[in-house]
Formats: sequence, C-alpha cells, structure tokens
Amino acid sequence: MNEMNEVRKPPVATTGIIGWLRINLFFNWTNSLITLFVIYCLYKFIPWILDWTIFSADFKYNYLGEQITNQEMCSRNLDPENGGACWAVIYVRFYQFIYGFYPKVEVWRVNVAYFMLALALLPLLYTKLPYRRYFLYFTYIFPVIAYFLLNGGLGFTEVSTNKWGGLLVTLVLGCTGIALAFPIGIMLALGRRSKLPIISMMCTLFIEFIRGVPLITLLFFGMVMLPLFLPEGIDMDGLVRVLVAVTLFQSAYMAEVIRGGLQAIPPGQYEAAKSLGMSYWRMNLLIILPQAIRISIPPIVNTSIGLFKDTTLVIIVGILDLLGIGRGTLADTNWLGLSYEIYFFVSLVFFIFTFGMSRYSLYLEKKLKTGINMGAD
Amino acid sequence: MRSNLGFFSDEKFRSIFFQTLVVGLFALGLFFVISTTSYNLEKRNIATGWSFLQNPAGFDISFSPFLEFKSTDTHLKVYFVGVLNTLLVSVTGCIAATILGFILGIVRLSSNWLLSRLVYIYVEFSRNVPLLLQIILWYSILIQLPRVKQSLQVLDVFYISNRGLYSPRPIFESGFSYVLIAIVLALISSFLINRWAKKRQDKTGQQFPVFSSSIGLIFIVPLILFFILGSPMSFEHPEMKGFNFKGGLVIRPEFIAMFLALSIYTAAFISEIVRAGIMSVSKGQREASAAIGLKQTWIMRLIIIPQALRVIVPPLTSQYLNLTKNSSLGIAVGYADLVHGFGGISLNQTGQAIECMAIVMATYLSISLTISFFMNIYNRSIQFKEK
Repeated sequence: MNEMNEVRKPPVATTGIIGWLRINLFFNWTNSLITLFVIYCLYKFIPWILDWTIFSADFKYNYLGEQITNQEMCSRNLDPENGGACWAVIYVRFYQFIYGFYPKVEVWRVNVAYFMLALALLPLLYTKLPYRRYFLYFTYIFPVIAYFLLNGGLGFTEVSTNKWGGLLVTLVLGCTGIALAFPIGIMLALGRRSKLPIISMMCTLFIEFIRGVPLITLLFFGMVMLPLFLPEGIDMDGLVRVLVAVTLFQSAYMAEVIRGGLQAIPPGQYEAAKSLGMSYWRMNLLIILPQAIRISIPPIVNTSIGLFKDTTLVIIVGILDLLGIGRGTLADTNWLGLSYEIYFFVSLVFFIFTFGMSRYSLYLEKKLKTGINMGAD
Repeated sequence: MRSNLGFFSDEKFRSIFFQTLVVGLFALGLFFVISTTSYNLEKRNIATGWSFLQNPAGFDISFSPFLEFKSTDTHLKVYFVGVLNTLLVSVTGCIAATILGFILGIVRLSSNWLLSRLVYIYVEFSRNVPLLLQIILWYSILIQLPRVKQSLQVLDVFYISNRGLYSPRPIFESGFSYVLIAIVLALISSFLINRWAKKRQDKTGQQFPVFSSSIGLIFIVPLILFFILGSPMSFEHPEMKGFNFKGGLVIRPEFIAMFLALSIYTAAFISEIVRAGIMSVSKGQREASAAIGLKQTWIMRLIIIPQALRVIVPPLTSQYLNLTKNSSLGIAVGYADLVHGFGGISLNQTGQAIECMAIVMATYLSISLTISFFMNIYNRSIQFKEK
C-alpha cells in the first residue's frame, strides 16, 4: 500500500528544446561527457579560426592602412602578434585565379562564356523551367559558341590556350570532359552489353583497362605518347591532349554507371519494343536509354564530381588550372609563404562546386526515389 | 527488292558483317598508328626495345626503405623501388583508412548529435576537396616544421623536423630469428585454437576465451623468449652530424604527406560506406538480439557487423582500388613511387616513353586485379551461406 501513497515524479521531458537536448546530447553519463568535451574543443577552436580568417585578417589593406602588394606588407609578417590570414594575395591575383593569363581586353568574352554556361546548365538542372525546350536548343549549340568565343575565330582575335588558366581551365576541362564522355559512355555501355561477341569484348577490355590504371598515367599517355602516334604536321594543343585523356577516363566510368542503369530495365521493355517491330537503335534510343539514363542520373552526377576534382591532376603535366595558378603564385617571391591562404581559397572554390553538385544529386535521388549508387567517388 | 533487303536484314549475316567491319577498322587504325609511331621514333632517334632497363639510372632516390639504391643502379631497380614504394603507401594507407573509416562510420551513427554532426562536417570537407590539393596541403604543412637544427624532440628518441621523422632503427642480432619463429607459431596456433573453440561451441555450447589466449600466445610468449635469449635486438639512434642526422630510421615528409592525405581522404568515403552498411541491417535484428539478452557490444560484433559486411565489402574493394591508383599522385610532392620514379625520371632520361608507360600501366593493372581477386575471395567468404 505504501507504494500507492508515494508521490510520483513528473515525467522527464521528451519534447521541446530540453527534451531534444536530453535525447541528443545528454542521454547518459558518457554521452554528456563527450558532449562537454566537444563543446570545450569547439570553444577553443572556433574563436581562433574566426579570428584568423576574418577578424585579424588583411583583406586589402594591412593594419597600418597601406594597400598590400607583397607578402612583406602583410600584417602578420610586419608584426607576428598582430594579424591573421593575408587574403590580399587572393585580391591581387584574383584575375589570374579566374581567367589565367587571358588578355585583359578580351576578358569580356570569358565573362560572356561563364554567363552562357550558367544559362546552358539551367534547363538541365531545373526541369520545370518554362520554355525549357528553347533553352535546351541553346544548350546544344552552346559548345560551338563557347569554342569560338574563347578560342577565337569568326571575327574574334585568337587567344592561344596556353594563355588560359585558373577557373577557366578547370571549368573547360570539367564541362567538356563530362559532356563528351556522356555519349561515348552510352556507346561503350551498349557495346559491352551487345550480343556481338567481338564488340562486347572490345568494349569490356577498353573499360576495364581505363578503370584499372590511374588517371595520371593516361595524362602522361596524352602528353608523351599521343604526339608519337600522330603523323607529322598534326600538332595537337596541350589542352586538347589533356582533354582526350580526361574524356577517355571519364567515358569508361560513365559507361559502367550507365550499364548499371541498363541492367535495371526489366526485360519486358525490350520484348515489348521488339514486338512493335522496332530496330535495335530505335528500341534503345526511344525506349531503353531514356529510362536507363533517368535512373542513373544520381551516379552520373557522382562520377562527374569525381572528374571535377580530378581535373586538378593536369597541373602535373604543366597545365595551369585553379590549383596550378595557386602554386604558381606561391612560387612568386612576392607571395612566398602564403600557402595556407591560397590553398584555403582554392579548396573553398572546389568545395562550393562539388558540394553543390552532391546536394543536387541527393535532391535528384529523393525526387527519383532510386538509391542506386555504384560506389563511384 | 524484297529478297535483297532480306539478305541484309538476316541477323546472322549482319552480325558477321558488322563485326568484320569493326575488326577491319580497328586493324587499319592499329596499322596506321604503328607505322606513324615507328616513323616518328626513327626520326627522333629513339631506340626501341627493353635494353634500357639494364642501363645505369644516374639519379638518386631519396626514399627507398626496402632496397638500397645508388645512382649507379639500373632502371630496372628504379622500377622495383617504385613498385615497393607504391605498395608501401597503398597498404599502409588502406589499413589506416579502413580503421579510421570504420570508427568514423560508427561515430556518425552515434546518438550524440554534436559528435555525429562533427563527423558529417569532416566527411563533407574531405570528400569535396580534390585529393591532390590535400596532398599538397599536408606536404606544405610538414615542410614548415622546424629545421633539422631545431628539430622537435619527442620522448628523447624521435626527432621531428622538416626533413621527416627520425626514429631509432632496430638492429636484429643472431638470436632474433627464434623470436620471429615463435611469433609465427603463435599466430598459427591461435588460428587453430579459434577453429577448435568454434567447433566445440557449436557442439557443446561451451565457450573458450579465444581472444585473451591468442593475445597471450602472440605477445607474451615471444616477449618472454626475447628476454630469455638476452634481448637480441639493439637500436641505432639517429645522431646529429654536421647539418643532418646520421643513422636511425627516417620517414620522409613526402611519405607522411601521402599517407595522411590518402588515408584521411579515403576514410571519409569508407565511413559513408560503413554507415550505409550498418543502416542496411534491419532494426528488427538489433531488437531481436537485445530481446535474447545479448550485451550491446556483442550485438554489434555478432549480429550487426557480420550482416553489414555483406553490404560494405564490394564498395570497400573499389575504395581500395581507388586508393592504390591515387597513390600515383605522389609525383606532385616527389614521392618516389612507380609513376614518379620509373614513369617520370626514368622516362625522361631514356626517352622511351612507350616502354615505360606500358610497364607502369601493366603494373597498375596487375595490382588492381590482385586486389580485386583477394577481395572477391573475402567477399565470397562473408556472403550469406544457405545451409
């Protein structure tokens, strides 16, 4: 009877802020200790990093109010106890980071190309766009426009590709590689699944070979061996040679992703298309591929992220992409020793692009309700 | 008209026709490439063949922990040093990435919100920043360490400077082989004990402390033997001579940068794979094992992990392959691996691009195939076996 008389304690909160804190941060003793330790570390770390990146950092002027033109004028080099990051290097070299050594008079062409790229991507990323069909026509002709715009011809003065650099090269490599690898990847995937034994074997060998070797060996192949394979007189541009290697590499990975999509198509679709009397190409183009590509879009985006990151490898064969410009700046005696600022900036630019792409692929996955992931990075 | 069309739309004929066409075009292309290449090679006075492998290399390799390398050694030896360095950074990287990845994957699922968010931020940052940039960043941090003269001293025996990590080098004396034999025997016997204990448990339900007895066998028995034999091992300490350390074991910053970047980058991917694997095990399994009274750690070890491994291993294999291929980025910081040593310096010195690149590519292909082969065997062993 005694138990009945005891006053029962009110139940512990499981809702609201207190409840959330209790469940997620202070569930039991060990959990609480971990939480407190993490909070302590963050309390030490966050103010320090904020101070270094923002509050004591130089953006354009040092703490004496002078405009910074070399590393000796950075606050932290004038007075080690005063000053954090020296972002002035990014400010001074911003043009090179974005356009490379593109002539200043012609730079509007790059800006127009950047703008047009965004316009061309719009109908691909956003399927509910009004008048999407007309935007898509523009997307198809965009590569041609961009070629003449950036490279010259049709009344534009020629700008040799060795003047290109920075983000321009990164985007050209990434976008062209992905765009060219897509159709080649489809052909390879169809070839690998073909009933014709020789074609299937050749496609399989090609795909497995490319996937088995590192990209850097393919870049060397493009740089060192390709000129030997071509007849005299045909002199390929350095950027084009790298593009060949990047495209070959990406198309093998793209082929495997699309093959995954093709395998997911139920055989009834093939049978239905054949019973309507469709030829092999009509069946694939009208029935199979639209469905297969639709379900393999998330992994396609994932391999594209991988390629976008891998474009940095071109610095090893001497092409100045975003990272290449960063390293070039570091080699300049004016900006010696500012490696953290430069690498931080380059990482941030890459992070914005790749994180955006990965969010987009997650959004698509949710929209398509498919969880196919081929384990591609 | 009708019969003409029928002839071409015959499936068998078309199959043979198209395949012959493809083979013909391929052969034609190959012939064209070979003839232009041989013409180009002749014009540039580049000899073909494999004899260059026997020529002296004429350059030094700063990091060769397994083979002694002098500049008078052949290009063939450059190749072997390169393969060993590639394997060294790949194997150590895979081990570290797996351990780190598993820990992070499990922590990511922790009920502590702050901790799991922290791991999430780490994963997103290291997955979305190019690996090459991370390698270069680690390297630039390591070479900003103090100079040799002011090296940091850890525990009186390790020296850390911008030339790398210097530690004492163990020198094995004659009796040490007995200790090694004892370790091998202990490994074999603990494997046998494990099998025996499992059989006995299946039959009688009795358990045997396999883990602690194995630890005792592998560590304590060789250690006792080591002291009985009168400690047949001494250390050669690094000593400051002139401007640098002499003697001792040195781990170069190039290797440390590669190792850190590769394992931290790949661990982020592995942690996501582990997380997906653990989440793929249905909730009912955890509840059922809790209902029959298993402890929390046992639920993880006996119920969740074995089932999760079936999902984890195939993508884990492709991460190992990626890591091995990514180790070729060592060229950016001057790590003397296969691509940098043999595919880079040797290629430039001999000019025999085709031979060098063919060897490098073939080596990577065989390493990839070997990893796939062993991981497939392992994968088969953990798949669900129907009785």
